[in-house]
Amino acid sequence: MASPGYGEITRNGLWNNNPALVQLLGLCPLLAVTGSVVNAIGLGLATTGVLACSNLAVSLVRHQMPDTVRLPVSVMIIATFVTCVELLMKAFTYELYLVLGIFIPLIVTNCAILGRADAFASKNPVLPSLVDGFMMGAGFTAVLIVIGAVREILGQGTLFADMDLLLGPMAKDWAIPVLGGNYPGFLVAVLPPGAFLVAGLLIAAKNAIDAGIERRRSQQIKVVPGTKRVRVTGKIT
Amino acid sequence: MALMRATSPHARSGDDSAKVMLQVAAASIPGVLALVIYFGIGVLINIALCTVTALACEAAVMKLRGRPVGFYLRDYSALVTALLLGIALPPYCAWWLPMIGSAIAIVLAKHLYGGMGYNPFNPAMVGYVVLLISFPVDMTRWVGPAEVIQGAPSIGEAFALVFGNFSVDGFTRATPLEIVRLNESVLLSRLYELEPVLNKGTIAGLGWETASIGFLVGGLFLLYRRIITWHAPVAMLVALTLMSLLFYDSGSSLSEGSPALHLFSGATMLGAFFIITDPVSGATSNKGRLIFGAGVGLLTYVIRAWGAYPDAVAFAVLLMNFAAPTIDNYTLPRTYGHKRARHATDVEEQ
Repeated sequence: MASPGYGEITRNGLWNNNPALVQLLGLCPLLAVTGSVVNAIGLGLATTGVLACSNLAVSLVRHQMPDTVRLPVSVMIIATFVTCVELLMKAFTYELYLVLGIFIPLIVTNCAILGRADAFASKNPVLPSLVDGFMMGAGFTAVLIVIGAVREILGQGTLFADMDLLLGPMAKDWAIPVLGGNYPGFLVAVLPPGAFLVAGLLIAAKNAIDAGIERRRSQQIKVVPGTKRVRVTGKIT
Repeated sequence: MALMRATSPHARSGDDSAKVMLQVAAASIPGVLALVIYFGIGVLINIALCTVTALACEAAVMKLRGRPVGFYLRDYSALVTALLLGIALPPYCAWWLPMIGSAIAIVLAKHLYGGMGYNPFNPAMVGYVVLLISFPVDMTRWVGPAEVIQGAPSIGEAFALVFGNFSVDGFTRATPLEIVRLNESVLLSRLYELEPVLNKGTIAGLGWETASIGFLVGGLFLLYRRIITWHAPVAMLVALTLMSLLFYDSGSSLSEGSPALHLFSGATMLGAFFIITDPVSGATSNKGRLIFGAGVGLLTYVIRAWGAYPDAVAFAVLLMNFAAPTIDNYTLPRTYGHKRARHATDVEEQ
């Protein structure tokens, strides 16, 4: 099978086949930890790292893997990288690690990762697999960040609060009180229903944009000049 | 929404959605009047704010969806949603609470699911619950009845409370349900002597009991007009009565309150006659309505007695809305000519 070009891989990961908006994979972390931008970026980066590395590794051993043990091998590889990420986060961003809690080890069960390993990396050469993992991760992270930003603004009235958990002391004053200091906080946005609502609205927005693009394209094609009128009565002279 | 009954003969009453909705609105007048007498004009301000926002949202969504705006505004379903939400909200709450609530009710709970006749959840209750879990402090501050707090806020004060920074704290009192739920130290009979809200009333708290009777009267009018059937309200009230009898323990300090308190305080009567009788989000068959109503009554009691919120009708209604399709599946009436009732999910035998 010829592997798709890098442009197509990128477009698929970021938009056409976005793991969060189109494949609806990895909804558990998507909904659980997107209460703020910092959580979203933290989990997005961790997931992207695991995705890229596991795609790379699975692609490397794809000729040595018999079909019978393909899934167990993929899971083992993914679990290894998740453990690495978990230990790294414990070492360098301990507070964020505590905030994200169980959702770091749970990356191993994120269907987006196993899905890409099985659907793409086990059939494609190393470099396209690496790019695919990276782009899928980037698409996933982008959606996480958008949901995190919307929920943080609506729920707490701030943006980029607690960024020092991820980036160290230099990001201590990054929090922007978008909606003013005495915003009462729209709690439902922080609670799980808010995650479902924002994710649903994002999916609707993506579909609307796609439909708009499709409509514009079909309008351009439809214009056929010089339609002939057929004469059915009377005498043709 | 077609208002034809499920079985033949299909005699039409000549009512359309608009007439039904207007009668529901008219039926709420006694209850609303009682609320205004005891709690002041805050109730009317809430209803007005909800109505304006709901109609504006309805018109905006209809315009976006490319539907005739005037036609859908004239079915008055948005008006009834706004009315029910306005009644449920605490009087004199800040102006943005009713506006956010009714916008969520109309846009999220009604139109995102397909609009009138398609919403799986009762829109007014969705709006109420979103507000309750988002702004628990503002949503649980009920003013006391006028007699207890030496006069309800004047009209000037009312507008200062709703639109200004004037704090409602000076006027608020615990509701009868809250008083009984939070009591852990004295016998109920002593509690009724101590609390002015309870001892100035007859059975379930001053103001609350009158408003409940008002909604009961409105409900009986709807029954008489055959806009609702008796099944869901009766099932809910019976289930609530049984549960409260079971856990009444004759009024010790740990009692969860008498059946009279549970029936005639909080949103019981409003819920029983105006909310769970919603033909869209409730169960469809009469047997289904019995199960639906009993479920709401049971859950209302459970959440009131052992939950953390002051009232529970909204949560109970939403939970049973979830269950309504399943109830419908198992309570399909037997069709004429068939030996037994089928389930909607049965595969037709060829």
